[in-house]
Amino acid sequence: MSAATAWTIPEVRAALDTGKISARELVKEFYARIERHNGELNAYLALSPDRAYAQADRIDAAIASGDALPPLAGVPLAVKDVISTHGIPTTCGSRILEGYRPPYDATAVTRLEHAGAIVLGKTNCDEFAMGSSNENSAYGPVRNPVATDRVPGGSSGGSGAAVAANLAVVALGTDTGGSIRQPGSFCGVAALNPSYGRVSRYGLLAYASSLDRIGPFARTVRDVAAVMSVIAGRDPLDSTSAAAPVPNYVAALGRPLTGLRIGIPDDYFAEGIDPEVRQKVEGGIRLLEKLGCRRVSIRMPNTEYAIAAYYIIATAEASSNLARYDGVRYGLRVPGGTLIEMYQKTRGRGFGTEVKRRIVLGTYVLSAGYYDAYYLKGQKVRSLIARDFHEAFEKVDAIVTPTSPVPPFRLGERTSNPLQMYLADIYTVTGSLAGVPGISVPTGKTAEGLPVGLQIYGPAFGEDRVLQLAHAFEQAGGAEL
Amino acid sequence: MVYYATLMAKVTQDATGILPEIMAGYEPVIGLEVHVQLKTATKAFCACSTRFGDPPNSNTCPVCLGLPGALPVLNKRALELGIRAALAIHLNVQETSRFARKNYFYPDLPKGYQISMYELPLATAGWLEIEHDGQTKRIGITRLHLEDDAAKNLHEGFADSAEKSYVDYNRGGTPLAEIVSEPDLRSPAEAYAYLTALKQVLLYTEVSDCNMEEGSLRCDANISVRRRGAEKFGTKAEVKNLNSFRYLQRALEYEIERQITVLESGGKITQETRLWNVAAGRTEPMRSKEFAHDYRYFPEPDLLPVRVSAAWRDEIASAMPELPEAKRRRFVRDFSITPYDAEVLASTRALAGYFEGVVRAGAPAKPAANWIQVELLRQLNDAGKEITESPVPPAELAALVAKVESGAINAATGKKVFARMFETGKPAAEIIAAEGFGQISDTGEIERLCREVIEKNPENAAKYRAGNEGVFKFFVGQVMRASRGQANPQAVNDTLKRLLS
Ligand SMILES: [Zn+2]
Repeated sequence: MSAATAWTIPEVRAALDTGKISARELVKEFYARIERHNGELNAYLALSPDRAYAQADRIDAAIASGDALPPLAGVPLAVKDVISTHGIPTTCGSRILEGYRPPYDATAVTRLEHAGAIVLGKTNCDEFAMGSSNENSAYGPVRNPVATDRVPGGSSGGSGAAVAANLAVVALGTDTGGSIRQPGSFCGVAALNPSYGRVSRYGLLAYASSLDRIGPFARTVRDVAAVMSVIAGRDPLDSTSAAAPVPNYVAALGRPLTGLRIGIPDDYFAEGIDPEVRQKVEGGIRLLEKLGCRRVSIRMPNTEYAIAAYYIIATAEASSNLARYDGVRYGLRVPGGTLIEMYQKTRGRGFGTEVKRRIVLGTYVLSAGYYDAYYLKGQKVRSLIARDFHEAFEKVDAIVTPTSPVPPFRLGERTSNPLQMYLADIYTVTGSLAGVPGISVPTGKTAEGLPVGLQIYGPAFGEDRVLQLAHAFEQAGGAEL
Repeated sequence: MVYYATLMAKVTQDATGILPEIMAGYEPVIGLEVHVQLKTATKAFCACSTRFGDPPNSNTCPVCLGLPGALPVLNKRALELGIRAALAIHLNVQETSRFARKNYFYPDLPKGYQISMYELPLATAGWLEIEHDGQTKRIGITRLHLEDDAAKNLHEGFADSAEKSYVDYNRGGTPLAEIVSEPDLRSPAEAYAYLTALKQVLLYTEVSDCNMEEGSLRCDANISVRRRGAEKFGTKAEVKNLNSFRYLQRALEYEIERQITVLESGGKITQETRLWNVAAGRTEPMRSKEFAHDYRYFPEPDLLPVRVSAAWRDEIASAMPELPEAKRRRFVRDFSITPYDAEVLASTRALAGYFEGVVRAGAPAKPAANWIQVELLRQLNDAGKEITESPVPPAELAALVAKVESGAINAATGKKVFARMFETGKPAAEIIAAEGFGQISDTGEIERLCREVIEKNPENAAKYRAGNEGVFKFFVGQVMRASRGQANPQAVNDTLKRLLS
């Protein structure tokens, strides 16, 4: 996995424009690499060569006839397996969706293909996007390409690993409580969780509808911006998608950072954080200061309730969203003597332990008599956390935190303690609850060579500012700190 | 494999005949929950057609099949019809309402939840007037909310129906309005009158076609009994599956008697859901294990709160047609017809329109009302036709009424003419002329008229007899005038010639 083979979007474009490579050859090259490395990494669950070559041939034909190429022409793309792709197996990393081939594409996929991107296949993930290590996939864990005894993070572990290992140029992931940003951090790539409503959720197999978002992984912030320019924007098929205008995110990248105020929640560096992670993130903050940013201490007083609120709201919604997997229409069906028995057997066998745990939690918090104490209170905490962000953004232009309190851990190291795993989501769930955009960019490596991520939050629909900061940071050598 | 447990029920208590005087000691308390399918071209949350009777599962898409990842988008027309219905029954339309998820498992519910307004319904606190026993009573309406319909489980009609059930998702996702009344109804007859009045309003406003056979109007009842004079309500049972006016009344009668029987024999009413068994003619408890649901409602995160601006609400209100109550009042006031006639004529918008068409074409209102109710409605009924299919247009009925009223033809003849008009679709004048309905061919009558004319005009008779044949035309004219043109001209000629010769 040498750097020489790592493509970026502008490199793909230049190679196609100069005739150095055809789109078909490029796809072939990627499939060859996937063939070599996927056995070990397990990043892809399904490949879609027919569809990829057909799209590549369309691009090559356009080149041959001298047509203007769309912005992502020929860019090999990996899609997280919780995103619906017409005719390509979409399992959410779950047995319960075994054999399911959706009859339609998610809006984000449609837009990317329309922009010339080539869908190579579907990437592994924690089952129904529930997890932070990709160890909850029914189809086996993904290994971190940086250190294959380590987890790639989760739940979008396959997308993070695919991009890090150059098995795709860009990838789509989904983030509910950190599932884009944390694997971005663990795999050492740029990964953006856009504002809630910025990217259509149509075709995203829901885990927690009020938190789920689709966002890009790429090896450069510029490539993240290029993908965002295509997938962002109002979709009439998603009532919760926002009508706010979509800026040209790539064009906004070059602006200087001079005078931008970055808020640092001091509490976030106090306890529970790995010393090496703290040191790398603090180094990152100093780099931003060098680039002209002004550091401002801020307080996010309701952070301590975030994990609890998140696991109430997300599991409540999950218990409802996952009800449709009942064996009646698609996916797994385990026969039973009665309808109820068929439901029980199908769901009992189809769902993994973590999914069941969350369905039970969510069912409980919505139950008569508990709704007010849990769900309603969770929603109140959510508003308080959103207010923390809102008040902070009255004083600062962006908020900088670690992405994860720990570097990538070893496979199996944390599976015995789900609560410990939940608590490690602390820096990402706050932004999920508040609906604001957040990006993870590499901020150096630990002594063992493990990537550390720096998270930059912006106000709602402030992706352009987040990308501007991350891009400048990356260009100034943030990854090598 | 048997997929769906049939709704087996054990019958706990059979209602046995109770003495009427014991029955009279109790007062039933009834509230109705009525579901109406809104008359939209497409479903509540997707663009699939709502057409009834299409091949199974042909009107489906990822959204209404509940495929993973598909999202609902509210049909604005469904919302508009909901608002129109709400305004017609005097509800307050809320500025903000919100859909929630009602969670339960069933094969006809592909998402595992129904999208239904719960805490924040579209409209609250209204009323509807019913006419019963010559009295007008105002029935409170608690709320109206919108939701999507379930699909249809098919347990019969397939070669392998013994071991399998099928699901047709065509109906799934059709928009419904649920209208919940206060427990203000005190008898099955009042419940019947309420449902009648509600259906009339919904048809008037074109919110729903209220076709009970196709399931576009469905009714559940909450019912309890209490000792007459008692203030506290008794324990209620919910009775489902009351999908015709007849079943509603019969099921309520049965259930009232059952509850009184239980109480009279010292028992207690269990709060439960019961099902009207059409074949057995009784209500039966539904298996509680399957239906004791905790629906775990929570706000639907895939939809934004529904906002109805005052401007939009007013726009819908201003486009509202005249409602039955108002129309009845106007008919009595402007046309001086009886309240009973007004009720019949205003029972549907089409009939009321027909009546007003007849009056507008010049017919006096009272006879027009009679002709419509006695002749037209009977003929339509016999022919199995709707008023909109009447072969006799309003203007033609008006022409016929005018002829009868002026005495040009008598009432008995008028009815015969009407029957022919209904049969042929031809105008009254044409039928009268062609088929001789207007003519007097009775020679005795004609002779009497001729003699009268000759007696009144002795000079002209003398002139004729003296050879002045020109005066003959005068006699013919006079006889025809005396017969109002109805005498058979040939007969008049012959008779005059005979009498004058
Ligand atoms: Zn549909």
